[in-house]
Amino acid sequence: MSGKKTEQIVKAGLYLIIISILGWAYFTGAFQFIIENPKDLLYLTGQHLKLVGISAALAIATAVPLGILITRPKFKRLDWVVLNFANIGQTVPSLAILALVMSYFGLGWQTAIFALWFNSLLPILRNTVAGIENVNPQIIDAGNGMGMTSKQVFFKLELPNALYAIMAGIRTSVVINVGTGALAFLIGGGGLGDLIFTGISLYDTGIMLSGAVPVILLAILLDFLLEKLEKIIVPRGLQRTLEAA
Amino acid sequence: MIEFQNATKVYESVDKSVTAVNNINFHVEPGEICVFLGPSGCGKTTLLRMVNRLIPITRGSIEVEGKNINSMDIIKLRRSIGYVIQHNGLFPNMTIEDNINVVPKMLGWDQNRMKKRCSELMEMMGLDPGQFQKRYPFELSGGQQQRIGIARALAADPPVMLMDEPFGALDPIIRDHLQNEFLRIQKEMKKTILFVSHDIDEAIKLGDKVAIFDTGELMQIGTPDEILSNPKNDFVRDFVGDDRALKRLTLLKVRDLMVLSDGFRKHRLNNEWHGQVISVNENLKTALSHLLSAPNGEVCVVDDHNKKLGVLCVSDFNLFTEVHPKDISIVR
Repeated sequence: MSGKKTEQIVKAGLYLIIISILGWAYFTGAFQFIIENPKDLLYLTGQHLKLVGISAALAIATAVPLGILITRPKFKRLDWVVLNFANIGQTVPSLAILALVMSYFGLGWQTAIFALWFNSLLPILRNTVAGIENVNPQIIDAGNGMGMTSKQVFFKLELPNALYAIMAGIRTSVVINVGTGALAFLIGGGGLGDLIFTGISLYDTGIMLSGAVPVILLAILLDFLLEKLEKIIVPRGLQRTLEAA
Repeated sequence: MIEFQNATKVYESVDKSVTAVNNINFHVEPGEICVFLGPSGCGKTTLLRMVNRLIPITRGSIEVEGKNINSMDIIKLRRSIGYVIQHNGLFPNMTIEDNINVVPKMLGWDQNRMKKRCSELMEMMGLDPGQFQKRYPFELSGGQQQRIGIARALAADPPVMLMDEPFGALDPIIRDHLQNEFLRIQKEMKKTILFVSHDIDEAIKLGDKVAIFDTGELMQIGTPDEILSNPKNDFVRDFVGDDRALKRLTLLKVRDLMVLSDGFRKHRLNNEWHGQVISVNENLKTALSHLLSAPNGEVCVVDDHNKKLGVLCVSDFNLFTEVHPKDISIVR
């Protein structure tokens, strides 16, 4: 009960912050800038989405299989090595990664994508491992006892029952990446960071916010869409179990 | 038919080895329920899980339906044995229908056959297929889930079932109810069942045979009556409890006592009967309880058609204590 109340208070607080930022943007002329330069804004948003989309897709394609691999009995001994490595990786600031990677890949969006990809790995990997390891061992035992092959146990029991956690990890990393993506401008990767950093250099809050507000809205929108996707792909029997709990 | 020959399980670790199951020898006839009974850590669950090779056997052999389990393909073996665990182990991501169809699907049954079998099983378990088959496990009560767990194990009609404390997590009323239904279904199905329990009353009620284990050793195996009337050693005596004579009463019915006593005091029935009445099919423990609460220590016995057969009183129980259990045929 009290948990729900807290959730409502926090939500209301967040909406308040977003609305005040929007109000601030309105009074500093950010919207006017947006209306006057629609093409710039669309182009930069497109770039930003490309950065986030490609890096997220790559991160899912690496972290989920890696997470699955290290929960297999054969590789289970290695899971702490991989998780510790990912943990340490996460402590390196995004800006430092950009600087480090730049010396190899040079300037441009490839470098930005590499840094964003690296940043997204841990939340997805963590949640994949935790999701699979937290599947009720009783149902795995029942599956084995009924004569499922290890492949069937994985695809019919472990993966569907871990999907909720895996999706949560993907949502977290995508939302973080929308924000971090603004840094891509610093190494010539484009994106909405262009407006933000231009605004900062010119001491023009309006231009700065005309980049920041779309970033915020993009993060909220993507999280919302992923939540809808989650509802579709997570088995219905599990969604209700979690609601009831 | 299930046969254990010198079945042994040893867990080896770096500095010591632990014998979880030691040299077990016995067999279970087709259509029998054999209850494995004992305190936790006695090896009963280990032995059960050795049968479908969830735990590999260290020494000795186990034969199911005349075949050594180690000579069979492990997946085929498991699909041919029903498996029910405590807390049911239903798959939360699948509907009730999909849960029941897991093994038939793996065996490649066609849709119609699966659908028919699923409805048949759900009806047998007293759950309306139309109402429940599209639901998910979390939408069912604990008792309903356990029924589905049993239905799922029966789906492909395996000759042998392994049940690991299937009723352990249920409240006493639901448990009693499910035990009765289970016995009713078993009467028709005639499966060979290994049933793990830590509850002596459950073992007496369900088992054709009861095997009592302690620290990996088989202490005694026999019919519930043999176990209760002739505990082989101190451990079994302690385990079945000081009230074993009372427990034994649940195995017999008023009918059995009537056979021994050539009917009870028919002459008393000439007058109208105002006291308590019990059925001839009631077990003797319940009958004794009735007698102790009856105002004059007498109750009237009636048959299925409510015809008065005679009057029972506490002294009739003397007949029973003097008789060796082997001489009494248990009416089930």
